[in-house]
Amino acid sequence: MADYSQEFAAIAKAYEASGGDPTSLFSDRFAGLVVSHNRILHQNSIPGVRIEGKETPTGAQARITVEPGTVVAFPVHLCFGVLPKEGLQEIISEFEIGEGAKVNFLAHCSFPNAVKVKHVMDAKIHVGRRAEMSYSETHYHGEEGGVEVLPVAKVVVEEGGIFKNQFKLIQGAAGDVRLDYEVDLKKNAVGELDARIYGKKQDKILVKESLFLNGERARGLAKSRIVASDHCTSEVVGEAVGNAPGARGHVDCVEIIKGKDARASAIPKLLVVDDRAKLTHEAAIGSVDKKQIETLMARGLTEDEAVDVVVKGMLR
Amino acid sequence: MLRLTDIKLVKDGKQILHDLNLQVREAEIRSILGVNGTGKSTLAYVVMGLSGYEPTAGRILLQGEDITKLPISERAKRGITLAWQEPARFEGLTVAEYLEVGRRHSSHASLSPSECLEKVGLQPAKYLRRAVDGTLSGGERRRIELASVLAMSPRVAILDEPDSGIDALSIENIVDVIRTLSRNGTAVLLITHHEEVAEAADRASSLCGGTILKTGEPASIARFFRNHCQECPHVNEPLEQETNHG
Repeated sequence: MADYSQEFAAIAKAYEASGGDPTSLFSDRFAGLVVSHNRILHQNSIPGVRIEGKETPTGAQARITVEPGTVVAFPVHLCFGVLPKEGLQEIISEFEIGEGAKVNFLAHCSFPNAVKVKHVMDAKIHVGRRAEMSYSETHYHGEEGGVEVLPVAKVVVEEGGIFKNQFKLIQGAAGDVRLDYEVDLKKNAVGELDARIYGKKQDKILVKESLFLNGERARGLAKSRIVASDHCTSEVVGEAVGNAPGARGHVDCVEIIKGKDARASAIPKLLVVDDRAKLTHEAAIGSVDKKQIETLMARGLTEDEAVDVVVKGMLR
Repeated sequence: MLRLTDIKLVKDGKQILHDLNLQVREAEIRSILGVNGTGKSTLAYVVMGLSGYEPTAGRILLQGEDITKLPISERAKRGITLAWQEPARFEGLTVAEYLEVGRRHSSHASLSPSECLEKVGLQPAKYLRRAVDGTLSGGERRRIELASVLAMSPRVAILDEPDSGIDALSIENIVDVIRTLSRNGTAVLLITHHEEVAEAADRASSLCGGTILKTGEPASIARFFRNHCQECPHVNEPLEQETNHG
């Protein structure tokens, strides 16, 4: 087998820079998968959690299975990265979370040197009856802004299941982000989508979060917090479809504009098919609230420092 | 410590404050009593220097320095701060971080965030890690606002109705905090229409139609307020002959 020790060290460093703990990344106690460009550097299954990764010419395929009833004590660690300036990484993944299982995923994606990198995440997720899955994805980009990020997920949450997702890209330049998550919620299922992105320079951000409330009393939240500064453009599409009695959906979008050349838009798409469903939305786009700024200035911060505190809090 | 001379504020063509003279000494608690619409909060915003509240005429002096043209943060660095009646909410900012903001920029902050919370009757273990967001009730948020003023240990604290929405049993708690500020040398400009709170002051002034109408002992001003102001027809038209520059 080839010696990937240098790449191993470099990806661990990038992982740490994105907020992860490298000791847990390569520990046998934790289930995990580490993919650098199109090479699998590490994969580890633990009782109840099976990680099956396979290298492809442009990235990797991964099938992750959590056995029914398994309560996974520690987060499953996933790390994807491209260290060179250029490259394509396509991660095609399938998640099967068995009935009654509970699992948290911590995913870190690192592209510290990217000038022309394309990162595709294509996930199919099935959350079984009364199962709970949370997936937290944090990106670490360099300052060049040369990353195309295309995270796409189709999620099905069976009766009584819970799916929570958080996508966070606040370090470095976002690049060209086109996020598209879609959740199909069955009876009594709960789905939460949460995207937080800080766009700078020429970044282009498109966030589409869709909730299909297909089961009775299904509940969903599509939340987004975007900061668009410099020449960044941002568009958020928050979609909710109420197809069943008692279904409840809420779309919550806040976009902050910093600078006169940034642009932001929000498009809520709410469709009630069953008249016993209820959907709501709220959107706020504009500069940082004046009262927040003046409150912090009255504690001694300058205006720029105050904006920074508000923005960091919102994206946390 | 703080002196306002001949302050006038015209906003959107309407005169909100005029001929307003006021002086608050070091460690003094000065309450301002007035019914809604008489300019109490406007007075607070003018002293803090909020945008849109720059005086049309007059001067604001802090320890002899003219601060009339200074921006908010410069006034704060010199020791002036404001507790809003309806404080802002901050998504993602914890109570501990919020209290630290003021502490960091104060040269003589002495109380820790935990001590400040205890002073306003909130358990640190329960609140320090909570976000200063919409999950807090109005009363909790106002107490945290007061705690953040304590944390800063300012030279001048402007408290805009800190008793608003606070239950009667907790009023004494709020009064204790105000006295703590004063004991530490802070000049407190206390805006209220709660007589019990106003009487905790060393001196009180009644505000009517944008100017100080009467200044004196808190009990007598409270009595005057009760007998004359609560049903006053002169909200925007003060009785000029009674004007008593404080």
